Amino acid sequence: MEKRIIGKAFVLGDNIDTDQIIPAEHLVFSTSDPEELKKYGHYALSGVPIDQSGLPEGNKPFIQGENHLSEYSVIVGGSNYGCGSSREHAPLALQVAGVKAVIAESYARIFYRNSVDGGFLIPFESTEPLNTLIKTGDEVDIDVDANTIANLSSGVTYQLRPLGDVFAIVEAGGLFEYARTNQMI
Amino acid sequence: MGMTITEKIFAKASGRTKVIPGESVWMDVDVLMTHDVCGPPTVAIWKKEFGEKAKIWDKEKLVIFPDHYIFTANVHANRNVDILRQFADEYQLPNYYDVGTERYKGVCHIALAEEGYNVPGTVLFGTDSHTCTSGAFGMFATGVGNTDAAFILGTGKIWEKVPDTMKFVFNGEMPSYLTAKDLILHILGDIGTDGATYRAMEFSGSTISSLSMYERMTLTNMAIEAGGMNGVIAVDDVTREYLAGVGVTEFEVFESDADAKYHSVYEYNVADIEPTVAKPHSPDNRGTVRSVEGTPLTKCYIGSCTGGKITDFRFAAQLLLGQTVKVPTFVVPASTSVAKQLEEETISGISIKEILEKAGCIIAQSSCAACLGGPSDTIGRSADGDVVISTTNRNFPGRMGSKKSQVYLASPLSVAASAITGVITDPRKFL
Ligand code: SF4
Repeated sequence: MEKRIIGKAFVLGDNIDTDQIIPAEHLVFSTSDPEELKKYGHYALSGVPIDQSGLPEGNKPFIQGENHLSEYSVIVGGSNYGCGSSREHAPLALQVAGVKAVIAESYARIFYRNSVDGGFLIPFESTEPLNTLIKTGDEVDIDVDANTIANLSSGVTYQLRPLGDVFAIVEAGGLFEYARTNQMI
Repeated sequence: MGMTITEKIFAKASGRTKVIPGESVWMDVDVLMTHDVCGPPTVAIWKKEFGEKAKIWDKEKLVIFPDHYIFTANVHANRNVDILRQFADEYQLPNYYDVGTERYKGVCHIALAEEGYNVPGTVLFGTDSHTCTSGAFGMFATGVGNTDAAFILGTGKIWEKVPDTMKFVFNGEMPSYLTAKDLILHILGDIGTDGATYRAMEFSGSTISSLSMYERMTLTNMAIEAGGMNGVIAVDDVTREYLAGVGVTEFEVFESDADAKYHSVYEYNVADIEPTVAKPHSPDNRGTVRSVEGTPLTKCYIGSCTGGKITDFRFAAQLLLGQTVKVPTFVVPASTSVAKQLEEETISGISIKEILEKAGCIIAQSSCAACLGGPSDTIGRSADGDVVISTTNRNFPGRMGSKKSQVYLASPLSVAASAITGVITDPRKFL
């Protein structure tokens, strides 16, 4: 696991559901075929209404043109991030698009579990609505051990909630790695 | 201090005498359910992670229902069903319900009940967020992703955080103009789409006791719309009678202790509740049907694990008898057994199916259909500019198809009344 995540932030509102993260019609692509897998990155966040995409201004596509990689590697959302269906394709799509961490005030349970157990990305909880304090395109620097996110564009550092129970799984890189490390499987 | 039903099931499944909300425990899983969207990637992860020694922990406990993208020409969707078919064949799985055969059942959550997989006191995990539906049977049931499911597939175990329990008590005789859908939409308006995140939602009270199992399943089904980990309803004679009908007679019954600690308690008198809708674009955007009455519609939809059960069609047919729909109205029975019941059950001597057909409804084959949009050739899928009233469970942007459509969630009574007039209509007009 990377202990330092430095990259550009992409900012979203509250209640970003899994249909916005990866619309259901795209769930047919194989997750095992490397070429088809790229489709998940390409369609990541394509369900977000365009005026809500890349706040505060909106109208910023997460993915440009035919790419599957985004220029943004940190998502900053509001409350109840990842609500909706159980599709693991949601954190997977973000990972394929190059996202390393999501920062949100709160998460829906299944998205949170999927992010951690699948080792796709780190779901950090913020203690304040960072999606109103950080702007799309700001350079941010996350220190995983210190639980902080620094906005390099404004010079302000914010505290994040410790990962608690799930830190061991995050650190191992997912549930299977964790279970192997602990001789559970 | 006592424990709630959910805590007692957690304690049993994790081999403890007591559990405390907030602690993470490893629990034994009784049934793992998956479907055509999440089954193939689950199997792929299981094969990759366990490698050569990949072994299914217990074939009898694995249940697979293709149901999501079934009647489509989409090659990728069909490939998913092929993968499941091969997997079932290779491992000789006893509980695979293949499409195109007599065994095909339709939507997983309803089929689980009908096929006797819902057993009080047990633990069910499924690769679908609405797995919480099964909690209506006094069991713990919740959704997980593919990695968790792959882990269960190989080990029969998974970690989970013991949830706090929120209690929702409904008292009073259910008025003829309300259904369980109105009650759960009402709760959603009160607590919001994250009001129960990581918590159990326990439903009780005299109204709940009077509801059929299918109506109870509408409540537990939408626990996830409030972010709930699970919904649960204690076992009673109604549960026992349903279970006896599907051959389930032996099980352990857990009840919440009188001194169990709840996160919060909400009490309602059903007489105070009106026919309710969730307005676009969120299940917690509550309003009364009256407050949006007259909104012009382009489509009506009665289907899904939430609103495509026999009870839902009974409600709808009651209003549609002798009427004609004004806008395209799609009827999707959740399961093949519901479809069969539509032919067999009659109101005033006419089968429900005939009532719906005569009213001009378009009856589709059992599956998830447009509940989640699906491939572009999915029946009932919403198009740009559509305004839909639906008995389904989610109206997030694009959920039923186009991001440029608007979806109102409502009871089968409200949808049927609106189908007759072509505008959103309070069902009391026709009762
Ligand atoms: S009917 Fe809708 S909510 Fe139910 S399982 Fe199918 S897609 Fe999910």
